[in-house]
Amino acid sequence: MSMLAIRDLHSGYGDVPILHGFDLDIEERMIGAVVGANGAGKTTTMRAVAGILPTWRGEISLAGERIDGLTPRQRVEAGVVLVPEGRKLFPSMTVRENLELGSLHPRAKAARAQTLEQVFDIFPRLLEREGQKAGTLSGGEQQMCAIGRGLMSLPRLLMLDEPSLGLAPIIVQTIFDIVRRIREEGVTVLMVEQNVRHALALSDRAWVLEQGRVEFEGAGQEMLNDDRVRKAYLGM
Amino acid sequence: MSDVYLQALLSGLMIGGVYALVAVGLTLIFGVMDIINFAHGEFLMFGMYAAFFASVLFGIDPYVTAVLALPAFFAVGWAIQGTLIKPVVGKSHAIQILLTLGLSLLLQALAQYLFSADFQSLKLDYADATLQIAGARIGWTRVAAFAISMGLCLALWLFLQRTDTGKALRACAEEHEGSLAVGIDLGRMYKIAFGLGIACVAIAGIAMTPFFYVAPVVGPKFTLVAFVIVVLGGLGNIPGAVAGALIVGVVESVGALVMPSPSLKDLAVYVLFILVLLFRPQGLFGGKGA
Ligand SMILES: Nc1ncnc2c1ncn2[C@@H]1O[C@H](COP(=O)(O)OP(=O)(O)OP(=O)(O)O)[C@@H](O)[C@H]1O
Ligand SMILES: [Mg+2]
Repeated sequence: MSMLAIRDLHSGYGDVPILHGFDLDIEERMIGAVVGANGAGKTTTMRAVAGILPTWRGEISLAGERIDGLTPRQRVEAGVVLVPEGRKLFPSMTVRENLELGSLHPRAKAARAQTLEQVFDIFPRLLEREGQKAGTLSGGEQQMCAIGRGLMSLPRLLMLDEPSLGLAPIIVQTIFDIVRRIREEGVTVLMVEQNVRHALALSDRAWVLEQGRVEFEGAGQEMLNDDRVRKAYLGM
Repeated sequence: MSDVYLQALLSGLMIGGVYALVAVGLTLIFGVMDIINFAHGEFLMFGMYAAFFASVLFGIDPYVTAVLALPAFFAVGWAIQGTLIKPVVGKSHAIQILLTLGLSLLLQALAQYLFSADFQSLKLDYADATLQIAGARIGWTRVAAFAISMGLCLALWLFLQRTDTGKALRACAEEHEGSLAVGIDLGRMYKIAFGLGIACVAIAGIAMTPFFYVAPVVGPKFTLVAFVIVVLGGLGNIPGAVAGALIVGVVESVGALVMPSPSLKDLAVYVLFILVLLFRPQGLFGGKGA
C-alpha cells in the first residue's frame, strides 16, 4: 500500500487554481522527490497535503486513510508533517522550545523525552545549541532544527520543502545523508528540491511538476538519464 | 525625597500595576492575532459592574468576585472571539478597528441601558484602611489591586513560558505557517488569547472597584492608556508592557504634581508616548517575541 496517495488533486490560493489535478503515489519507506521549475506548484502541493491549503477536488490518503478532510492538526497526528520552505521556525524561541512544539499531540507528547534524545543523536549540533534562540542559528542549523521539529511529531511521512535551499555544499551533503538515515529509521520522505541532480540520485521515485500537473515520473536513477530531465533541469 | 513626591511615586506604582494587567491583556491579543481591541476598556467596565452589583445586591466581596470572574470572563472572551472577532482575523486593520470600536460603543450603550449613566461607587468598610510608608500613605485597597494585578501578570507570563499551550500561543504570535506545520490549532489559540486578555482586563476592573467609581464611560480612558503602554513596551511584549505600565503610572502621578494645572495630568503620559514614537518606535523594550 502507498504511504501517500494523491488522486486528481486540485487546490490553490483564494479562488486562483494552482494545482490542476494529478496523481502521485509514494510507497512506504521510500524517498520521493518532486522537481520542477519555480512556480510549478511544488510548495502548493505540500501545503495541500499538510492541510494548510484546502483540497478543492480529488483525494489525499495516508497509508490508505483519507486525510483530505482533516485539519492540519489532525493530519500531524495522523502522521504526516511538513518541514516548510524557508524553515518557518519560531525565531525568538529556543531550539529546545522549537523542538517541543513539534510534539504537541498526545502520542508525540508522551514520547517527547525519547524523541528529543533521538533528534539530538541525529543532530548533535542542536544539543549544543539547545538554549539558543532559533533565529540566531546559522542556515544549516536552522534547517536541522526544522527537520528535528518535524521528527518530533513521530511522522510516518516527512515532507521536506527545499531542505538544501541556501546552504553551503558541505552542509547540503550532511542534510542529504540525514534524509537517508531518517528513511532507514522507517520514515517515508517526500522532498522538493532545486538541487535536482542530488535529489534524483537519492530518490527511489521522482515526479516532474509543471504548471500544477505531473509532466512525467519515474525511478530517480532513470530520471537522471532521461533526456527531457537532463535538458530542462540538469543543463546538459 | 519630600513626602509629596514619595506619595505620588507610590500611588503611581500602585495604579501602574493595574494598568499592567489591562495592557498585558491588550498586548497578548495583539501579539497572537494582530488585532487591537478598542473595546478592551469596556470589559474593564463590565468587570467593575460585576463587582459592584455582586457586592450591592448579594453582599459578595469584590475580591471573591475577582476569583469567580476569571473563568466567567474567560468564557465571555472565548465566545466573543468565536463569533464577532473571528471573521476579521487576518483582514485589513481598518475593518478590525471599525469592528472593535463599534463593539466598544455598543457595550457602552448597553451598560447605560442596563445600569444607567450614573457614576456609582462601592462603600466598603475596609476601604479607608491605609498603609504608612515613611511620609506617605497608601490605601490598602490600592495595595491589594497592585498585588492582584502583578500576581496575575506573573501567572500569565509563567503560563506562556512553561506550558505547551502557552508556548503554542507564543509560536502563533511569531510564525503563522510554522504553527500550522506543527499542527497548532490557530482558531483555538485565538479563542484562548482573547479569553485570557478579557479575563485580565475584567479582573483589573474588579480590583479597582473598592476605590474607583463605576460608570458606563469608564472604559475608553483605560483602553487609551493601555495602548500607550503597549507601544512603550513593544507591541506583543509582555514583560515590556508591565515595565511600561509602571512607568506610565508613575509619570502620570508625578506629572500631575509638576504640571501647572491638574487638568494637564495626562499630558505628561502623551508627551512620553510621542517621544517614544519619535525616537524608539519599536518600543522601549523591543517588539513581539522579545
Ligand atoms: N500565498 C499565495 N497566494 C497566491 N498565489 C500564490 C501564493 N503562493 C504561491 N502562489 C502562486 O502559486 C504558484 C505556485 O507556487 P509554489 O510556491 O507552489 O511554487 P513552487 O513550485 O514551490 O516554486 P519555487 O521553486 O519557487 O518554490 C505560483 O504561481 C505562485 O505565484
Ligand atoms: Mg516552493
